[in-house]
Amino acid sequence: MTTITQLPTYDNRMAFADTLIELAASNPKILAVCNDSVGSSNLVGFRDRYPERLINVGIAEQDMVGVGAGLASSGFIPFVCGAGPFLTGRALEQIKADVAYSQHKVVLCSMSPGMAYGELGPTHHSIEDYSWLRPLGGLDIAVPADRHQTRQALESLAGDPRPTYLRIGRYKVPDVTDPDTAWERGRMITAREGDDVTLIGIGTGVSIALDAAEALAGQGISARVLNAAWLAPFDEASLLRAARETRAIVTVEEAHVAGGLGAAVASVLAQQPGGSPCPMRMIGVTGFAPTGSTSMLLEYFGITAADVARVATELLDVP
Amino acid sequence: MLQSDASQAAEWRSWRTAIEAASPAERDRLLSQRARHVRRNIVRTILEAGQGHIGGDLSVTDILVTLYDAVLRVDPERPCDPQLDRFVMSKGHCAAALYSTLAQAGFFSESELPTFMKPMSALNGHPNRNKVPGVETNTGPLGHGLPVAVGQAIAAGLSGSPSRVYVVLGDGEMQEGSNWEALMLAGHRKLTNLWVIVDRNRLQQGARTEETNGLDPLPERLAAFGFEVREIDGHDYTQLYDVLSTPCSGRPVAVVANTIKGKGVSFIEDRVEWHHKVPTPDQARQALQELEDAS
Repeated sequence: MTTITQLPTYDNRMAFADTLIELAASNPKILAVCNDSVGSSNLVGFRDRYPERLINVGIAEQDMVGVGAGLASSGFIPFVCGAGPFLTGRALEQIKADVAYSQHKVVLCSMSPGMAYGELGPTHHSIEDYSWLRPLGGLDIAVPADRHQTRQALESLAGDPRPTYLRIGRYKVPDVTDPDTAWERGRMITAREGDDVTLIGIGTGVSIALDAAEALAGQGISARVLNAAWLAPFDEASLLRAARETRAIVTVEEAHVAGGLGAAVASVLAQQPGGSPCPMRMIGVTGFAPTGSTSMLLEYFGITAADVARVATELLDVP
Repeated sequence: MLQSDASQAAEWRSWRTAIEAASPAERDRLLSQRARHVRRNIVRTILEAGQGHIGGDLSVTDILVTLYDAVLRVDPERPCDPQLDRFVMSKGHCAAALYSTLAQAGFFSESELPTFMKPMSALNGHPNRNKVPGVETNTGPLGHGLPVAVGQAIAAGLSGSPSRVYVVLGDGEMQEGSNWEALMLAGHRKLTNLWVIVDRNRLQQGARTEETNGLDPLPERLAAFGFEVREIDGHDYTQLYDVLSTPCSGRPVAVVANTIKGKGVSFIEDRVEWHHKVPTPDQARQALQELEDAS
């Protein structure tokens, strides 16, 4: 069996850096703003070409987000870049008041999210971001799952900027879309058709879900895979269609399940008239991680294709 | 979103013209007349709402009136235009003072002021830029306005806009660390189009600033961050006008405006308990009378 994770992998961060430079060439309003993270946010090339358009505020995330709001209020399109844990945790009130509530069109680019920083530990993991940001009205949350979606997300935001949290994965991932797959605000993408069970992944969870679907196919189970791509606005229609057309739903995310994709899905399903159309399970992070590499931690929390497939068969009551 | 009020805007323009043409003594007289009107509106607004931050509203009034009636290049019919001057009210809890000043300048009608904090009013207890013309960014939590103003000042530099950016902070608010992040950046980038004004009334919600977490020596601290510091009497219109209209010389300007919390009403002045106490109808009558009698 060929699993998707055996396919070539690509770096979303490179797609981010290359696309931002390309867009900046034709749009002088595009700025990069960062917190000393020129290297870790992959802005070296941008700085070399547009030194005056890189605003490095130093290690000061609250100031960084506020400055981004001020730049946006003056007609610029600021891509505010920082490691996810610090961008969201340190500047949460600025994201709430200066970006979401004020509706300043800032694009918050969260670098190295999830548990990408592995052994650096929970201080450097960004697993709480979805839970913190999902209640903020007026803030889009978009999660490109591969290099193509990363490029599409940037292109769309450069053309139509809005207050947005964009999660840019750190480690290489296989392609789960092709360049022609539509990137539509607030829409999930069907990555694989199926009618027994639906696996919904977001970000790095998409390729895990696709591998799980392949494994399930080997057991004669047809799994639909949805690439959630957006936590806000959230595609309730695609979710409810899956809940009606398949018999169970499993969500997969590299984030805490308290308030992320799984919680969003559960909230929609539980509030249907008559209750949830089908059972569901959430796969994701459930607490501070022990010391370990990213792949070890994904296994530790059960965020693997084998775990997803197992949970799906349990839900379907397949022995 | 509220709309500008054409007749009030026209009246404001004629005041601006008169103030610009006036001698310093005459300018003081005109500005004090305008400030008295704003202060009376603040008292009425808070009495009507049964809520508000009257102490800080009255300490910041002369700063706001001098800015809007004599200094800022703004247009009530083109609010928040990046080609014009920007004003950020970082001490968002003093919304009643901001609203009264903006309304007097015609950004919206003064007839809206009695809706302050009433159900569904555009005039929330803290300002919302998506509802109130002239509000640059939503403030209320402290330490938010200055970073945004720094971003606006950087933007004006990048785009070659002649825009000047003015931001008013409460002195208690200077205890927020985000301000010092922004001050560092403003000093580092030598933002000569940025004016940081601290309403130095020496009181915060619970006690005097110097008893709580002392800010002094505030002028020296601001200077150490790369600012040209101008310390003035924040109720003296000549001093306010001079420091707010004199260009920066290679560094951003910080104005430490020494003020009296509750300025203009004897029983509110410099009293910690009047941070957000609401006057009784009798007290409001006395306050309005004192403000009427003052000249």
